Formats: sequence, structure tokens, C-alpha cells
Amino acid sequence: MLFFSFFKTLVDHEVTVELKNDLSIRGTLKSVDQFLNIKLDDIMVLEEAKYPHLAAVRNVFIRGSVVRYVHLPSGAVDTALLEDATRREASNAAAAKGR
Amino acid sequence: MSDADDSSPIQEPLDLVRLSLAEQVFVKLRGDRELRGRLHAYDSHCNLVLGDVEETIYVVGDDEEDDSIKTIKKQSEMLFVRGDSVVLISPQAQS
Repeated sequence: MLFFSFFKTLVDHEVTVELKNDLSIRGTLKSVDQFLNIKLDDIMVLEEAKYPHLAAVRNVFIRGSVVRYVHLPSGAVDTALLEDATRREASNAAAAKGR
Repeated sequence: MSDADDSSPIQEPLDLVRLSLAEQVFVKLRGDRELRGRLHAYDSHCNLVLGDVEETIYVVGDDEEDDSIKTIKKQSEMLFVRGDSVVLISPQAQS
């Protein structure tokens, strides 16, 4: 749930998604779901010459499981808040286990 | 089980990762890739957010005779890593 909420805060920001097949797609993050599936608008493919078949595509849905990385705008990320949320999630998980 | 805060002892493997929050970590990934960066977030799937990351990719020479190993280095300010690529996470003292 942590990363689902985190990605929701990044909606409308420019991100670069690197897939497990080495394709990198830059675009505006439009939506995300609990599986971390991602919808991007106004996309461009890095190394366009290598992947010309995507040149005409403007928006994509990316299945979460094929994502390797998402490069994020560091200015849009509050790292202190993120660390606190991570600790909270970790202690919730531990508490749920002890029950 | 007591509340898991920063001071609690290690009770499960991910507690080692919890103690590395906001610290420099080394991450080994599938596909001969390694990352070094500051850990800002993780979850039970080993999804991660790292800051000021250096990625190292190891590539063997492209033709059959050439078995030398090339390394490619890439920098990233802020990176989300999907957990299913993660092999190991290690706390790393500042180098």
C-alpha cells in the first residue's frame, strides 16, 4: 500500500519507466493502481531509433510486473516523509504478525 | 511482539533493511546489475526508493571470443526499484 500511495502523490509528474526488456519510456504519470500498473501520457521512447514501432504511440498502460525502475523527479519526493511512512508500514506489518 | 521502532532488536530479516533506512545501501539485482544509494523507502516485496543512485551493469563482450567484462555506470537522482528484480540488500558503510 505504501508505494501505491506514494505513486498517487506523483500523478501529473514527468517520470521515466525502465522496463525489464530495457525499453525506457518517458511520460506524464496519469494513474496507478494497487498492482503498480502505470498509465503514462505524452510518451517518448528513449533510443527512439532502436524502437521505431512506438514512435506514433502517445499514451500507454504498463503492466506493473514488467517494470524494472521508475526514475522520479527528486524535487517531487519528500524523503523524510517517505522514511516515516516506511517505518509506520513496517511496524504495522510487525503488529499484524504478532496478532 | 513488541512494537517495531528503530530501537527494537532484529526479529525478522526485513528488520535489517529497516535499520538501513536513510542510510547508504548496496542492492544486487537480477540481470547483473548493482545499485548503491540512500534507502528512502521499502516494503515487504522489496520494492525500494533510492536517492542519489549509482547503477552498475556488467556486460560480457559481444562476440564469442571476447569474454571480457565491461561495466556501464549510470547515475539517477531518485529511483523506484520493483521488488521482483531485487536479489539482496546490504547495509553499506560510507565508502
